[in-house]
Amino acid sequence: MATRNRVKMIFPSNSENVGLARITAAAFAAQVDLTLNDIEEIKVAVSEAISNSVIHGYGEQMGDIEFEMVLTEDCLEFIVIDYGRGIADIDLARQPSYSSDPERMGLGFVFMESFMDKLLVESEIGKGTTVKMTKNYSIDQTH
Amino acid sequence: MNISTIVRQGVLIVRLDGELDMHVADEFRRKVDDAIDSSGVKYLLLNLKGVAFIDSSGLGVILGRYKKVTSLGGKVLVTGIRPPVARLFEFSGVQKIIKMCASETEALANL
Repeated sequence: MATRNRVKMIFPSNSENVGLARITAAAFAAQVDLTLNDIEEIKVAVSEAISNSVIHGYGEQMGDIEFEMVLTEDCLEFIVIDYGRGIADIDLARQPSYSSDPERMGLGFVFMESFMDKLLVESEIGKGTTVKMTKNYSIDQTH
Repeated sequence: MNISTIVRQGVLIVRLDGELDMHVADEFRRKVDDAIDSSGVKYLLLNLKGVAFIDSSGLGVILGRYKKVTSLGGKVLVTGIRPPVARLFEFSGVQKIIKMCASETEALANL
């Protein structure tokens, strides 16, 4: 599918950048005529993916997060890449209530999965994690 | 995020303004826990009128305060919730355990 627009950001894993990334994602998504609800869902899903990289990917150590947004003829893609610790068992991490911390709900992947149309997670221990989320839109909604 | 706390009628009222995500979750936890510990109250009222965004980190820190005050025999109430935040409360099941009130006055009357 032909790419109509593409933005790539690289930023350090500071928690401040979680907000920056989701606001940018909302602005990028506003190129197509989505509902406010759709935009809110994208913001939550992006926030979860970036937060995972900050908290679980890098933790105390800092590292770069690559955030790429792609607009094609029928969907928006949001790709989050970190080069951190990686996830040992992706299927387990995607289960509701899976969390390594009692202050967290373990809903990160559940929100990504529920609020996007497609979620792909690839990870390797010690190498990092790539999360690719897709939100479909219908072509007649284009501005 | 702006976080203000005030104790009224034995209830800790916390008013939040901003986006409740992982960036502010620690500050929120620290301020609320300090206020609970120093005032000795066990009822918590969160006014979320100024909160336009929440994610699982924000929900997690609210759930953590719920666990803290219920272990003291207290309660958490929420007021001023906006539609996008209300959807996530519902979706995560937090709504089943934390009561929503129309206003601070109604919440205080409920306790």
